[in-house]
Amino acid sequence: MSSWAIIQQSLPMFTKGFELTLWLSFIGIIGSIIVGLIVSLLQYFKVPVLHQIASVYVEISRNTPLLIQLFFLYYAFPVIGIKFGAELCGIIGLVFLGGSYMAEGFTGGFNGVSKGQLESGKAIGLSRWQLARYIVFPQGFSLSVPAMAANVIFLIKETSIFTVIAIPELTNTALDLIGLYYRSNEYLFVLVIGYAIILIPLSIILTLLEKRVRYGSFGN
Amino acid sequence: MDHSGISVLFEGTNFQRLLGGLWVTVRIAAVALIIGLILGVILGVLRTFKNRPLRIILRLYLEFFRVVPTVVLLFLFYYILPREMNFNLPGDQLATLVFALWVAAEMSDIVRGALISVPQHQKESGKAIGLNRYQLYRYVLIPQAISLEIPATINLATRVIKTTSLLLLISVMDVINIGQQIIEANNHTHPTGVFWVYGLIFLFYFLIDYPLSWWAKRLEKKRLERANG
Repeated sequence: MSSWAIIQQSLPMFTKGFELTLWLSFIGIIGSIIVGLIVSLLQYFKVPVLHQIASVYVEISRNTPLLIQLFFLYYAFPVIGIKFGAELCGIIGLVFLGGSYMAEGFTGGFNGVSKGQLESGKAIGLSRWQLARYIVFPQGFSLSVPAMAANVIFLIKETSIFTVIAIPELTNTALDLIGLYYRSNEYLFVLVIGYAIILIPLSIILTLLEKRVRYGSFGN
Repeated sequence: MDHSGISVLFEGTNFQRLLGGLWVTVRIAAVALIIGLILGVILGVLRTFKNRPLRIILRLYLEFFRVVPTVVLLFLFYYILPREMNFNLPGDQLATLVFALWVAAEMSDIVRGALISVPQHQKESGKAIGLNRYQLYRYVLIPQAISLEIPATINLATRVIKTTSLLLLISVMDVINIGQQIIEANNHTHPTGVFWVYGLIFLFYFLIDYPLSWWAKRLEKKRLERANG
């Protein structure tokens, strides 16, 4: 069979894998942003006890590979009686990983707000909460956009690791097909194109977004 | 007979085998980093030159390694090198090659970013005292860029170490692969062994990466303090 016919035949399966990659990435990214926001706020306001727990979480999550986090969730947790399906494991793993990256991004943004801004705020008599609400957060969020954008791309790429717990996303689909039909060139080609279709337009959009929110660097 | 799960780690030579696997992991990461850093510095310097075609090619090289997930990169080389180029490498060398090329791509961006952020007047002063291009890079730009680069480079190292967890996928006998073998071999006698083996591997990775990222954070903080006076 010609390469083109092989590719055409595999497209319905790749489309499914593609959709699953998009879907899991989407849920994972939303979850990561929520967790990241909570963690960064706990750290910003130095909430007693919780902010130490948050710091420990960030260090554990950032300094271990997603693959072993997934293995732990998928293979080791059932031993102690906690069992999730593969896809749920994937999402939990991705949020566990992504949450800390997003938190670091937000924290970096908050810390990036220039001292002059903070001092001016204090000088006009803003309370700690007002300072956060009107000065640190609006500027901090726009400063954290580049880090967020990098994290979004990173997390989408990390979903390729889901293949180790047999979630039929893009990479898993390609590896399965290669195992069945030995047409590695064709399937790898579709696989790379699949990621390119998601990541190239996305990184262009994110770069444009970064340019639009540049005003956040005011006063630096 | 049921044992407590944790004893699986110390049964026979299990622990030594896991450490042996960890060594394979660390060696691949270290060699890939050394090759990748050297190549990356060269590519990064080249990317600051005015030659347009060269810059475009190097940019494409970077973007390719950025867009394609590392798992996919490994499989691309794993399948395509032997089949299309008749180039057979054992798994560990193949992985070292892929990681080195990936590190070089990322490193080229770090180096380029650091070089172009050296203040313009430094470059002009260098030129004014008659330095040639080599001297300008050697004595003015690179020394100043290094302090900007180091934290990012250490972070890159932690990423490479984490990425070595993928070695299992191309059947390299790394720490995770050996862990799986131990789990399977002891499944009957130690049903909870899986928890301890993966737990230990989790800890191994943390013990290697945590000090590195702590160091990177500290250097970055110092640098910012210096920069803000």
